[in-house]
Amino acid sequence: MVRVFIPRDAAALSVGADEVAATFANCIAQRKLDVELVRTGSRGAFFLEPLVEVEVGGKRVGYGPVHASDVPALLDAGVLEGGAHDLALGEVEKLPFFAKQERLTFARCGVIDPFDLSAYGQSGGLAGLRAAQKLKPEEVVQAVTESGLRGRGGAGFPAGIKWKTVLEASGDKKYICCNADEGDSGTFADRMLMEGDPFALLEGMAIAAHAVGASEGLVYIRSEYPHAIAAMNEAVRIWQDAKASPNFTIEIRRGAGAYICGEETSMLESLEGKRGQVRAKPPIPALEGLHGEPTVVNNVLTLAAVPWIVANGAKAYQDFGMGKSRGTQPFQLGGNVKQGGLVEKAFGLTLLELIEEFGGGTLSGRPVRAVQVGGPLGSYLGTDQLATPMDYEAMAGIDAMLGHGGVVVFDDTVDMARQAQFAMEFCAAESCGKCTPCRIGSTRGAEVIGRIREGQDVEANLALVRDLCEVMEGGSLCAMGDLTPQPVLSAINQFPEDFQAGGRA
Amino acid sequence: MTAKPAEISVDVEANIAAICARYGNRSDALIEILHDVQETGGHITRDAIVGIAAALNISRADVFGTLSFYDDFRTEPVAAGMVKLCRAEACQSVGADALAARCDANGIAHETVYCLGNCALGPAAMVDGRLIGRANEEKLASAVRHAKAEG
Repeated sequence: MVRVFIPRDAAALSVGADEVAATFANCIAQRKLDVELVRTGSRGAFFLEPLVEVEVGGKRVGYGPVHASDVPALLDAGVLEGGAHDLALGEVEKLPFFAKQERLTFARCGVIDPFDLSAYGQSGGLAGLRAAQKLKPEEVVQAVTESGLRGRGGAGFPAGIKWKTVLEASGDKKYICCNADEGDSGTFADRMLMEGDPFALLEGMAIAAHAVGASEGLVYIRSEYPHAIAAMNEAVRIWQDAKASPNFTIEIRRGAGAYICGEETSMLESLEGKRGQVRAKPPIPALEGLHGEPTVVNNVLTLAAVPWIVANGAKAYQDFGMGKSRGTQPFQLGGNVKQGGLVEKAFGLTLLELIEEFGGGTLSGRPVRAVQVGGPLGSYLGTDQLATPMDYEAMAGIDAMLGHGGVVVFDDTVDMARQAQFAMEFCAAESCGKCTPCRIGSTRGAEVIGRIREGQDVEANLALVRDLCEVMEGGSLCAMGDLTPQPVLSAINQFPEDFQAGGRA
Repeated sequence: MTAKPAEISVDVEANIAAICARYGNRSDALIEILHDVQETGGHITRDAIVGIAAALNISRADVFGTLSFYDDFRTEPVAAGMVKLCRAEACQSVGADALAARCDANGIAHETVYCLGNCALGPAAMVDGRLIGRANEEKLASAVRHAKAEG
């Protein structure tokens, strides 16, 4: 029996993975071959999708990108024995894109059947939960604190300190809320993990529940990810049937198309069935979160990092990274890049290494001109800034942020005045409306940048935009209004020529 | 909305009540309930709002307030085969705006979404829950035909 692996990750499906799998199934039946088709998540080399892997001599040999019409020829070429073909890539883990990565959180993603709990256990899964259950709650919190794990949602708050607050808080009930509503353009790691290794997230949540004394968990998933929602529902059903965490129940909740619900207090409002308007802090959610009870709110990647930390020890995780940014970060490389995908690597990798060594330059073949890091609220960087190591402090040092680790590449055709205007338009579209500078300022900001693009009173209008940005930064409750000035001001500061009369517009 | 409670048909009422009951008539599950109602009827009618409010024991203003906040929920029917076209930065960098203009020119109805999580294979689009990578007008037109045929 030969095993053939074909992803069912949404990105792989978006370029025909289901058609490839169906054709394989047909050919296998017609030719009466002894083959087991296994559907996996994606390993995250999206430029190779649909990536078909064949297990040969205990190794996984890859072919990609495969089109459904290639399948008969692949079988003729003897792919089941790892035969040569134009699409042959050799051993997948030795491909340069993967060989240079440090996969802790994403070790299983794209490798195993995401709904096979025994395969999960055989590949290192559940070791963290079992280890945690032998420890006292405060010892688990201590391990997570010592590992240096910081919130991967963007703010980078130390996870252990948040957990300690919830552990020490008193409440009738405590909750673990997983924020899977990360809607930053350029990020797809949450989606990949939920589709490709959902048990890792459930295990992380179960460990968190043990650490803080929570009985109920909720995963709030953005509705733009229907495949992830379906995968998580299936995984929760299997997890609960197997009684993998008997004293901790998990429920999947759908978002409804509001970017702002990626903000933690707005997400809590939404989980209570209300409009997703942000709450003022204090009180912090750790003390008064969902239904007013102590609540851990962590991002998917934060929670999914926990099983490895508890299984392998805080020290082992600490050994990755630099400065105050410890461990690995799943960087997500997207936009105008030849080899886009997921690169999990210790903090400290530079943008240049990411874009050139992993990404292979732009898709269009034109020079890179700008890179946006950390989503729509992150700064645009110029090519002279790409040697900056990616860690929280180094990025802050150049007025940028790592955010959720999304990196979007633009070539030299980009009009940065248009991008600055879009940042304001996006804020206007997605503001929850609670704070005036965010709600109204963004609309006025888009208008003023529009005038600059038309060449009207450029200097005076640029001064007005800077002034407006200061008001938004200082006068908004959450990151939406507070950080929208980042892409706007960085575009103005790094690419001033695009804002001058007769610029690119 | 009028102040006077509307009379709603028995069928709608039973369907709404069944959906709300699945969630134990909990008002915190309102967003799940609105999704389920929309999936059965294509959009959320005024009758449905009245029915949900009654089942959850909250006001119609509470229901309408929540549903009007979220882009996913609709109070009017939508034609089959609407393309959700990602217009966020990663897709902009590979020509999403130009693709939107070509869709307009070719009569492909589309609406804006921000990020479908397919940022390394943009431009990205979704038709009827099907994700499309490296989208162009041919792929979109074919997906729309498919969606319309399935009705």
